[in-house]
Amino acid sequence: MADPVRKPLVEVDGLKMYFPITAGLFRRKVGDVKAVDDVSFTIYEGETLGLVGESGCGKSTCGRAVLRLYDPTAGSIRIDGTNIATMSQTMLRPMRPAMQMVFQDPQACLNARMTVASIISEPLDEHTKMSKAEKLARVYELMDAVGLNRDFANRYPHEFSGGQRQRIGIARALALNPKFIVCDEPIAALDVSIQAQVVNLLEDLQEKLGLTYLFISHDLSMVRHICDRVAVMYLGRIVEIAPRDTLYQAPLHPYTQALLSAVPEPDPDTETTRQRIILQGDVPSPSNPPKGCNFCTRCPKVMPICREIKPALVEVGPGHRAACHLLDNNTAATAGPTGGNEAPEHIQQGENA
Amino acid sequence: MTDAVTTTSARPPRNQWWDVWDQFKTHKGAMFGTVVFFAVIALIVLGPYIWAVDAKYINIRARDQGMSLTYPLGTDQLGRDMLARVIAGGKTTLAVGLAAMALSMLLGTLVGVLSGFFKRADGALMRLTDLFLALPLLPLLLLMVMLFREPLVMNFGPEMGIFILIVVAIAVTSWMNTARIVRGEVLTIKEREFVLAARSIGTPSRRIITRHILPSVMSPIMVSATLGIANAVITESALSFLGLGFPPDFPTWGRLLQDGMPYINLHPERVLWPALVLSALVLSVNYIGDGLRDALDPRIRGR
Repeated sequence: MADPVRKPLVEVDGLKMYFPITAGLFRRKVGDVKAVDDVSFTIYEGETLGLVGESGCGKSTCGRAVLRLYDPTAGSIRIDGTNIATMSQTMLRPMRPAMQMVFQDPQACLNARMTVASIISEPLDEHTKMSKAEKLARVYELMDAVGLNRDFANRYPHEFSGGQRQRIGIARALALNPKFIVCDEPIAALDVSIQAQVVNLLEDLQEKLGLTYLFISHDLSMVRHICDRVAVMYLGRIVEIAPRDTLYQAPLHPYTQALLSAVPEPDPDTETTRQRIILQGDVPSPSNPPKGCNFCTRCPKVMPICREIKPALVEVGPGHRAACHLLDNNTAATAGPTGGNEAPEHIQQGENA
Repeated sequence: MTDAVTTTSARPPRNQWWDVWDQFKTHKGAMFGTVVFFAVIALIVLGPYIWAVDAKYINIRARDQGMSLTYPLGTDQLGRDMLARVIAGGKTTLAVGLAAMALSMLLGTLVGVLSGFFKRADGALMRLTDLFLALPLLPLLLLMVMLFREPLVMNFGPEMGIFILIVVAIAVTSWMNTARIVRGEVLTIKEREFVLAARSIGTPSRRIITRHILPSVMSPIMVSATLGIANAVITESALSFLGLGFPPDFPTWGRLLQDGMPYINLHPERVLWPALVLSALVLSVNYIGDGLRDALDPRIRGR
């Protein structure tokens, strides 16, 4: 998008992940939970795409669908040019080494009955024909890479702290030299001091091994730190996707603006004058999203058109796309001031709303 | 110090079963159970060589004797030596108990895992389980014996034929509870994140089951199994009592109990001895199961 020289590694196009709602005696389908609704993005080789949004907006579902842990309802997922969205799991299996996942809860994602060595070597058992000694050597190599003492190989997950467990999870994800790793809130369950360690580890590994990350998080400052580009999701849709600096300096979508206004400032002087956009109401149910823009029920700048027509994700700058009617050409009158809007104005509107 | 660290870090991961054994050894009840279990087995296996008396030999003049040096456990109402009968009965009872339990656990675990793991199979397999639960046990056993006794006896000989029949009959009528328990456990475990992690690695379903699901459902299976042995022994004795099991002169512990029951007032030791070994066997298996369950769970291990 921004730089045509870079090679896209993951291309997601029109991804939809609906979960059926059944009711009644015969389990008749009465509707869908639209967890992910028409999401498209591209991740280039070697970069980190952040996926942010509030709880329940479909970030994790999106990440899992990209790895085909769910069967997507519609859309295509191309990894290295191969569409995996409709492939059978058997066909997909040889491609698994290229794409791995780091999970949110390091306690739950490790089998408590397996030793660290057997957990890390599970991918090796599945995809390689290494001898026992070679596997062990690789396990030690991986443990060194993620900063675990080799002596821990015989221990069980419950004997470790949260940060160490997450390292085990990362070592397992790295075992097969993947190109692409989905990090599903890898730091959400960790202490702040441990978060920094794990994020630094992820960055180091990216530098050394040329990894590509899809980094799912709701920690906006962490996303700012680690990601090259950021996509903001709301109720199953991407509302804005932009290079990190553009997004953090000039967010265009009212939801992004509200979200970023919630990030605390480290400087106490700035923090006291920081003005937040406080959104009113709750996120609508993903089983019954609003007819028009998904954000129209809470948007401080809602217009009549927002309640009628879903805005498309349009390119508004280099590599910067947003889905908002304020940015449409025919509503240029409102689009103008929005681009350069300052926070105080929002807060007024937010409070009035 | 540094040297110590390097030497320990070179230590290769040792087999997990050593950890299990280390933990098992610390469980006093389990160790005691193991000793008793092997003692009972030794009695049954080595007994006939030490006490070489025919369990079926009828000496009517020596009937209803108490304990003496000639007849250590006395004799029954037909003058058969009780010690020889206990030893000979143990062979059958233990074989029936263990084989029926193993078969029933196999069936129950198979049905439970399949219906818990594969949603498509769930409905059909659980209805099958309900069907078996709803079947009246005794008429079913009667029918099975009626239909299959002759062909089995013809093909495998009278003893082996009846053995197969009884083992299968007990297993087929006792796997349902295990299946239900296992299914419930599998349903919760398969939603855990480590199963999802295995899936993201590309582990096929069959290896997810063997590597992640089965070890986690081991403890309810173990509990079912220990209870299953007792259940199998009791069912076998009931069958024999009804004349559907082994022939009346063929000793099993259940049969000895049934035979001794009418004389319990006059000769309580005739019931006491088979009941004692039977209880010792069932209890020891229970304790072994308990110890194994603890030893197999690394979170409990080392406490």
